[in-house]
Amino acid sequence: MHPALLGLATIIMGVGGCVGYFWLSNFILDTFIYPPRGPNAGRNINRANIIRPWLFLFPALFALSIYLAYPVVETIRLSLTERVTQPDGTTTYDFVGLANYSQMMAEPKFWEALSNNMMWLIVVPALSTAFGLLAAQLTDRIGWGSIAKSLIFMPMAISFVGAAVIWKLVYDARPQGTDQIGILNALYVWFSGNEPQQWLTVPFWNSFLLMTVLVWIQTGFAMVILSAALRGIPEETVEAAIVDGANPFQIFFKIKIPQIMGTIVVVWTTITIVVLKVFDIVFAMTNGQWETQVLANYMYDKLFRANDWGVGSASAMIIMLLVTPILVWNVYNARREMR
Amino acid sequence: MDNIAGTKSSLTWAVHLSVVCLVALWLFPTVGLLVSSFRTSDQIATSGWWKAMFPSEQNMTLRTAAPETQNEINGLHVIEGQLFDADKDAKISVWGISSRAIDSFKAGDTAELRKGGKVTVQADGSYRMENGVPFEGKRGARIFVTATAPPEFTLDNYKTVLISGDATDNLAKAFFNTLTVTIPATIIPILIAAFAAYALAWMDFPGRALLIAFIVALLVVPLQLALIPLLRLHLGIGIGKGYIGVWLAHTGFGLPLAIYLLRNYMVGLPRDIIENARVDGATEFQIFTKIILPLSFPALASFAIFQFLWTWNDLLVSLVFLIDATGETTVMTKQIVELLGTRGGNWEILATSAFVSIAVPLLVFFAMQKYLVRGLLAGSVK
Repeated sequence: MHPALLGLATIIMGVGGCVGYFWLSNFILDTFIYPPRGPNAGRNINRANIIRPWLFLFPALFALSIYLAYPVVETIRLSLTERVTQPDGTTTYDFVGLANYSQMMAEPKFWEALSNNMMWLIVVPALSTAFGLLAAQLTDRIGWGSIAKSLIFMPMAISFVGAAVIWKLVYDARPQGTDQIGILNALYVWFSGNEPQQWLTVPFWNSFLLMTVLVWIQTGFAMVILSAALRGIPEETVEAAIVDGANPFQIFFKIKIPQIMGTIVVVWTTITIVVLKVFDIVFAMTNGQWETQVLANYMYDKLFRANDWGVGSASAMIIMLLVTPILVWNVYNARREMR
Repeated sequence: MDNIAGTKSSLTWAVHLSVVCLVALWLFPTVGLLVSSFRTSDQIATSGWWKAMFPSEQNMTLRTAAPETQNEINGLHVIEGQLFDADKDAKISVWGISSRAIDSFKAGDTAELRKGGKVTVQADGSYRMENGVPFEGKRGARIFVTATAPPEFTLDNYKTVLISGDATDNLAKAFFNTLTVTIPATIIPILIAAFAAYALAWMDFPGRALLIAFIVALLVVPLQLALIPLLRLHLGIGIGKGYIGVWLAHTGFGLPLAIYLLRNYMVGLPRDIIENARVDGATEFQIFTKIILPLSFPALASFAIFQFLWTWNDLLVSLVFLIDATGETTVMTKQIVELLGTRGGNWEILATSAFVSIAVPLLVFFAMQKYLVRGLLAGSVK
């Protein structure tokens, strides 16, 4: 079948199936199982209301369990096994304990990925939040602020792959003596007079050039959230500070920042999650060469290039482990809020 | 706010200036890509895109017409012609006949050719070759020119990428594949999530708080963990790699955010309306479809935009669940990554492809920014 037709059929079936399921299941519950009439009407209504939430929740919970909860468990299991092809052609998964983890720990590429990831974890959230805060504070005070905001926000809509192409052009190098077409080298040659550099192949610094791409994308997100928080600050506190003779910098750092600290933490953790999952940028720009490897790309390498599911799952578990503190923190906050 | 006390801040100018710088810095890379996509490969390779607005000096290697076109005039063998394409309006300053000395002659000068004969090149690119004996060989002589060309933009790159290009250059198929992935993957999760969100927001049942915590936890689970187990599952139950698999995967991965966003929004709807409807005898199903869904439109729109942007821009999920060995179902992001790998130097195709792929999300972004911002504010875990 033509993919477009298949898509259309899927939409119709998906939407129709969902509506049909919800309508039918409610109809059956109300008409046949616990009809709200007859001698037991009151008891039936109560019973139906106990069951109904689960009818509403079932498709979502089913999909979530299969697509997110089950994989977590399965990945733990896979990370402790090795895939062996038996002589008769069947594949078995043998329990090997922590062998995959120790094999991974012995690889220098893994430590390179981990240390790079740590650098990403510090630099990207810090810079994105700082730039976002700066942009939010500045644009809130001028007439054309909303236009400026949407322009800074725009990279959010651009794919990581698109951003990789955009920034590869910025970092591009041409042989010495010819016109540079990448702005970075053009400026570098203009100011320093040195020969142009293949920036993405210069170890250590190239990681920062990749981080720049993500900072460029995430700043808009930080700005939007922080700008809303800045507007939520009660004006009396700022007025009181002005009356007391505080200058704009004091107002910003001593009055405003402390009041939006909670939001800053939220922005920081959200960007941290994005950083831990970052894959496309590295995959498209350097593919982990020249010491730019990160965990997500290392994992992809192991899973789909080396075809080593054991070590691949083990590295996925490392990512999960790094995410866990934020996961716990989010759950804790969400529960506290509901009380 | 800062001039409440009556004194206009002296920092106003500094603020305006900083914002201009910040915006310019953020816009600059994207504009570079956009401008490059309208330039020819020669232009991109020889000068920075920021010079595209001005006349540029380029070095070019051109060739005269082949000897078979020569005419005999008064005993002289003559080849005449124009070095540039008809539509090119360039001015030659210096030229040469050897790659080691490309600036030996000025426009209008005459040079002795090594194989015999003379050649004269004018500033406008017209030339005249003369020789006492016939010119030999199959190809014309090479002329190295340094010319100043006015700014020039072309739509040819878009023509190549969207219509006429060969398999690797043509993005049209990948564009439709991406669209095919995106639309069902955006619509299906919304409905499933809306029902669940309603139950979590307005129905009372034991374990509700626990379920909400479960959703919040799943919100941050890296989808990397799901790749291998789900691929095995898909292969095991016969879905294999293909559209069905990628739709299901996107649905699953999008659900936590969808449920979370919609629940947060629905909780804030006025309690009176729902209670009144219940008193009037409406069933939960009626309340949901007639009251909750229409009222939740802003939240539905927010999530739809998120999911659209995310599925359109996705690379990893498509790589794992969709694209098989035949490459028939490739998506734009994948094709661009391949272009980056195989022809890192072909900037005109690369820039144009990238711009085609980001044009749709940008349109959606600017058209529906209001909902996107609203969704972000509701969706970031407070």
